[in-house]
Amino acid sequence: MSPSRVVIVGAGQGGLQAAISLRQSGFDGAITLIGAEPGLPYQRPPLSKAYLLDGKAEALTLRPESFFESKQVAYLPDTRVLEIDRQAQEVHLDGPGEARRMGYDHLVLATGTRNLRPPIDGLEHACDLRTLADAARLREALAAPRRIAVIGGGFIGLEFAAVARKLGHDVSVMEAAPRLMARAVSPAMSRHFEAWHRAQGVALHLGRAAIGVDAGGVSLDDGARVEADFVLLAAGVRPNTELAEAAGLETENGVCVNAQLLSSDPAISALGDCASFPDPRSGAMVRLESVQAATDHARLIAARIAKGACPDYAAVPWFWSDQGDQKLQIAGFAGPGATEEVVADGLVARFDAGGLAAVETVNNARAHMKARRLLAPGGSADLAALKEAIAA
Amino acid sequence: MIRVTYVAHDGAETVIEAEEGTSVMQAAVSNDVDGIVGECGGSMMCATCHCYVDEAWEAKTGQRSDDEDEMLEGAASEVTGRSRLSCQIKLDPSLDGLVVHLPEEQL
Ligand SMILES: Cc1cc2nc3c(=O)[nH]c(=O)nc-3n(C[C@H](O)[C@H](O)[C@H](O)COP(=O)(O)OP(=O)(O)OC[C@H]3O[C@@H](n4cnc5c(N)ncnc54)[C@H](O)[C@@H]3O)c2cc1C
Ligand code: FES
Repeated sequence: MSPSRVVIVGAGQGGLQAAISLRQSGFDGAITLIGAEPGLPYQRPPLSKAYLLDGKAEALTLRPESFFESKQVAYLPDTRVLEIDRQAQEVHLDGPGEARRMGYDHLVLATGTRNLRPPIDGLEHACDLRTLADAARLREALAAPRRIAVIGGGFIGLEFAAVARKLGHDVSVMEAAPRLMARAVSPAMSRHFEAWHRAQGVALHLGRAAIGVDAGGVSLDDGARVEADFVLLAAGVRPNTELAEAAGLETENGVCVNAQLLSSDPAISALGDCASFPDPRSGAMVRLESVQAATDHARLIAARIAKGACPDYAAVPWFWSDQGDQKLQIAGFAGPGATEEVVADGLVARFDAGGLAAVETVNNARAHMKARRLLAPGGSADLAALKEAIAA
Repeated sequence: MIRVTYVAHDGAETVIEAEEGTSVMQAAVSNDVDGIVGECGGSMMCATCHCYVDEAWEAKTGQRSDDEDEMLEGAASEVTGRSRLSCQIKLDPSLDGLVVHLPEEQL
């Protein structure tokens, strides 16, 4: 029997998609979508890209108000889930009005991540970039000429740096690892972006950790000083797993779920940024921070709830990052220890024991799409197959 | 305001009005038109905003770009000469009255 009351915790990209997909899959029970942020659910990717330039907040909204009426989704913005009572199958809410409890037959955790706040002195001087409210603050800061320091050379820090540089600001990026985006891309791709950012005039401090922030700038671990009147903290995130942990669910770098995206409690699923799931290709537990993972997870969970059963999760990961005129596209997912092969300028293939794991391309939609197809489930591709597909 | 008509696969028509500069994808999503998903928010990454431009409007919307063409390879429904990624069609006064047809599936 399919559950009649689904409660979704977190109204971001994945939480909203779960509600959309439940209705598309024909689920006719009650859906409640609970989100801690105000306003309608919105997409985050433009926050470090187009929004910083055009300021169009309306363009970020994922669905209009009318969606929630026409699809009968009860949306509770500005409302936080404080606790999950698994015995009673209830969540405790705190929002406008009084605190209350709400029963569920199935619970979907879509709580996302929050910014990592490393133990750096004076971090209160640094801004975050995770929410629309954060981005609105950054936009204001970008209105006047400034010296800007970015702590963290990952996707978000670099996208922001590219925009700030384009607007004519002085920009420095400090990254504790010896290369940019080290967790997510190959060394060859790091080098490509390092050269590009330097050519734009961004000052890169690689292998240098920030140890202190104050009103005048950032101090680095080698004693150097980066003068700045504005500091962005983009040093990674941590999954919001506290609710799950307190409820006794298995967690490790996220809420642990199986190939059906079920947690250790069969009445609770988890998706997107907060979920640690088995990578369909390697079987290793992974947690991906991408629109693709959030929405593909949501669709599987919705289909399973609506229809009672569904095939195991098997979607091919894809991701993009726009840094100035450089569009990085990644098909697949390569874990630590993957080897790399530079196939052409701006085209890197990554391999592990199972063969081709990921393909990174810059401004090359064609190779990206070929790679996505090649990485589809069931197959195992090698370098020759990739070269052949791209040449075809 | 610019008027756009979306013709669903089953023939049902939805007419909406959108501001100049909005994309055909964005206009659909913000007016709750089923049949356009627009998962990547217009970043030309997902091909879930596929549409067929009505014959009468082909000349005005122009040709698809090479990148658009490549991304359309990933579309869930048949790609024809009139296929476009609707996130890549920006509305301007010359497109007032535009008619686009929606594919059966986007995923
Ligand atoms: C600046 C920026 C740029 C990005 N760019 C890209 C990109 O180019 N490409 C890409 O693929 N991905 C990008 N991402 C990542 C992408 O946005 C995320 O992977 C995606 O939003 C994850 O969706 P989610 O639903 O898991 O989490 P989120 O969208 O983060 O939503 C989680 C929501 O849950 C709420 N919440 C948490 N705890 C509770 C609680 N107890 N009660 C109620 N609500 C709660 C939070 O407030 C939040 O609104 C970017 C992210 C950021 C921040
Ligand atoms: S919205 Fe994703 S390609 Fe158009």
